[in-house]
Amino acid sequence: MARLTINGKSQDIDVDPDTPLLWAIRENVGLTGTKYGCGIAQCGACTVHIDGEAVRSCSMPVSAAEGKAITTIEGLAQNGVLHKVQKAWIDHDVPQCGYCQCGMIMAVAALLKEKPKPTDADINNAITNICRCGTFQQVREAIHMAAQSA
Amino acid sequence: MNHIPKINRRSFVVGAAATGGGLAIGLNLPFGGPQVVRAQDGSPELTAWVVIRPDDTVVIRMARSEMGQGTITGLAQLVAEELECDWSKVTYEYPTPGQSLARKRAWGDFSTGGSRGIRMSHEYVRKGGATARMMLIQAAANEWKVPAAECTAANSVITHGPSGRNTTFGRVAEAAAKLEPPKEVPLKDPKDWKIAGKSVKRLDTVDKVTGKQVYGFDLRLPGMLNAAIKECPVFGGKVKSFEAAKVAGMKGVRKVVQVGDSAVAVVADTWWQAKTALDALPVVFDEGENAKVSSASIATMLEAGLTAEQAFVGNQNGDAKAALGGAAKKIEAVYAYPFQNHVCMEPMNATARYTTDKCEVWVPTQNGEDALAYVLSASGLPADKCDVYKINLGGGFGRRGAYQDYVTQAVLIAKQIPGTPVKLLWSREEDMRQGHYHPIMQCKLVGGFDANNNLTALHMRLSGQSILAAVRPQVVDKDKGRDALVFQGLAEPALLGNEHSFGYSIPNLLIDHAMRNTHVPPGFWRGVNINQNCIFIECFMDELAQAVGQDELEFRRKLMAKHPKNLAVLNAVAERVGWGKPAPQGVYRGLAHMKAFNSYVAAVAEISIEGGGNRIKIHRIVAATDPGHAVNPAQIDRQVAGSFVYGLSALFYQECTIKGGRVVEENFDTYDSMRIAQMPRVESIIMPSGGSDPWGGVGEPTICVAAPAVLNAYFKATGKRLRTLPLKNEKITLV
Repeated sequence: MARLTINGKSQDIDVDPDTPLLWAIRENVGLTGTKYGCGIAQCGACTVHIDGEAVRSCSMPVSAAEGKAITTIEGLAQNGVLHKVQKAWIDHDVPQCGYCQCGMIMAVAALLKEKPKPTDADINNAITNICRCGTFQQVREAIHMAAQSA
Repeated sequence: MNHIPKINRRSFVVGAAATGGGLAIGLNLPFGGPQVVRAQDGSPELTAWVVIRPDDTVVIRMARSEMGQGTITGLAQLVAEELECDWSKVTYEYPTPGQSLARKRAWGDFSTGGSRGIRMSHEYVRKGGATARMMLIQAAANEWKVPAAECTAANSVITHGPSGRNTTFGRVAEAAAKLEPPKEVPLKDPKDWKIAGKSVKRLDTVDKVTGKQVYGFDLRLPGMLNAAIKECPVFGGKVKSFEAAKVAGMKGVRKVVQVGDSAVAVVADTWWQAKTALDALPVVFDEGENAKVSSASIATMLEAGLTAEQAFVGNQNGDAKAALGGAAKKIEAVYAYPFQNHVCMEPMNATARYTTDKCEVWVPTQNGEDALAYVLSASGLPADKCDVYKINLGGGFGRRGAYQDYVTQAVLIAKQIPGTPVKLLWSREEDMRQGHYHPIMQCKLVGGFDANNNLTALHMRLSGQSILAAVRPQVVDKDKGRDALVFQGLAEPALLGNEHSFGYSIPNLLIDHAMRNTHVPPGFWRGVNINQNCIFIECFMDELAQAVGQDELEFRRKLMAKHPKNLAVLNAVAERVGWGKPAPQGVYRGLAHMKAFNSYVAAVAEISIEGGGNRIKIHRIVAATDPGHAVNPAQIDRQVAGSFVYGLSALFYQECTIKGGRVVEENFDTYDSMRIAQMPRVESIIMPSGGSDPWGGVGEPTICVAAPAVLNAYFKATGKRLRTLPLKNEKITLV
């Protein structure tokens, strides 16, 4: 049993404490926007925010996430208003298959919180998610667009 | 990628006809007539492609699968263009393969591979839209008792010109659906397009940025269990034994089952529980003789093919061997391309529910009909008791089309737990081990010049795997053992329907293939055989030009006089980068071109090197595409840019090494993929030449020019010719 606070809501979850947070979020809580891609913290499809920082949830046990504020893609919009990164993604038609994009968006949202006007070098250092469709050119442009918006 | 499902089409149609009943409507008759066919929500269908709701919403229904390439949006644009509907009211749905078969394949081919989504359906979907528009106009005219010729449709509104009266599609759809469809359905000239040809936004973006989009492995059904699977990692091996009792008591575990003769699965409440138990499950495999095979033994076999007597011919004119024998100068080189995995971001999965009376499967698939064929075969039930529900794909790239082994597995598991839906998900490691890989190929090229440095002869000997021999052996048998697809991009025009014709004229030419198949299963990998063929021919073209001290572009141009469309894309990229004028200090250029999937593509890469050539920085790529017609330029631009991510990842990082008969690389730590930091600026030039030639595809062709353009630039920078992929083996990285 673990007590997790996800998107502002605390709940008790019946899982072994060493279960990766990713699978607890997906299978026990039922939020499926957070994706599995590798299970070894390489691809970033499982990125969530833990106390505001981007974390690859496939490699963090549930026990390490207890008592912390977990935000998933489903909790990124506030009061029904999309996050500026989500808006930029829509305006710029970024996703192709879209599978990696929730993780990508979570990573970018965390970057913009730390660096509101990131340079290309900042983006290169912070955004290491894999996208097999190859949306990187649109991702970079949309990050700069989001940074320009209020 | 000529698809013929594992189960003969005829057996499908027979099975479907038995159940067709009121839905069995002639293949060439759009619906119409007194019996209105209704969508699930009760709205009337005008044609297979068009359902109109009373609120004017237009539901466009497509057989092809959306996997990121934008096909659904493009096809909807084509339907909407002819329908004259309000684009903001368009939404889309997938028909099921079972519905389509019951209606004599009303939606056409489901296969979404070979870059065919738009190019091979544009005509019938446009007719589907135009037919519906004509029926809607007729219905309004009937109501007003005026000639239809006096009425026009625009933006989902029908107007009677003389009186100015108007109505909406939603108001007349019910009456229109009862009309006989017109027999003559003229289509617009593309120059008059207002929705097609424009960079409208995709129809499927919003849910992808909020987490709401349901991919195959997101599916949740009431009472569903989850399965993790392990198949013998040596291809062709079998399960010898496993000790289910060792994991039966683990948390959540419901059942341990054998799947076919080669795999074992654990079924549990959650997938993580299933995977944890599977990792703990003792399984012994009988690996068989294949366990002795390695990359080295495969390479030796292919090397022998380079000089073998017997080979299948794919392109020939003059007498290349004699001309090479008498050449004043000869150049020779050997290239090699490895096994590669597709690595879709979403690992393979399928959800199945089986009872003795019905088998249903939910699956992200590039071909719903093929998926259904797998369901029939695995369930043993007839077509009228099976169906497939397509779900969004987290990438396809050719892995989710011809081979749907995960569908078979899901059904075989579900059969052992009747009535309970079971979702099978492969781990990334399983996905890496159980691929249907990019075929392995070597190529020996020999070019000959006369005393005036004119290229007089070329022999290109391919040696390696045939995809078709594994996937469609009957097609290979019919062609007396030849796999014509091996010659994609190199073929003589009569072969492969001129879709993949060779772009050069050489007086004495021989391109042939020594088929050398391995136990490692090959599959269609985005771009298929053009990936290696373009490297072979386009790098060697540079080698030939350099051997006689000629400019690489000028050398090609002399061989391309009879290939004006090839030349046009090559000229376009050369002009954009200023080929022939000095590049910025330290920047080197390389070019490549190809005709594939009926499109013409070319690229120039601009690179610089660091660390004595160990690090490559790609500054810019200019890429031209002529697909004949451009339905959505913004989406083409994205496919072109994305193609470089796919092609450059393959060039730098990706090889599936074989050791002990199995794939060594099991995850992204050893099988890397490009990140944003390595992404060069890609400038696309979209230059549709129009006309009445068959349309070209967009999703695949550009991938093949990525590697040769960079390799050719690398030679200019270093004087070193790289002929074997991936470059990580040469300790060369992309920065």
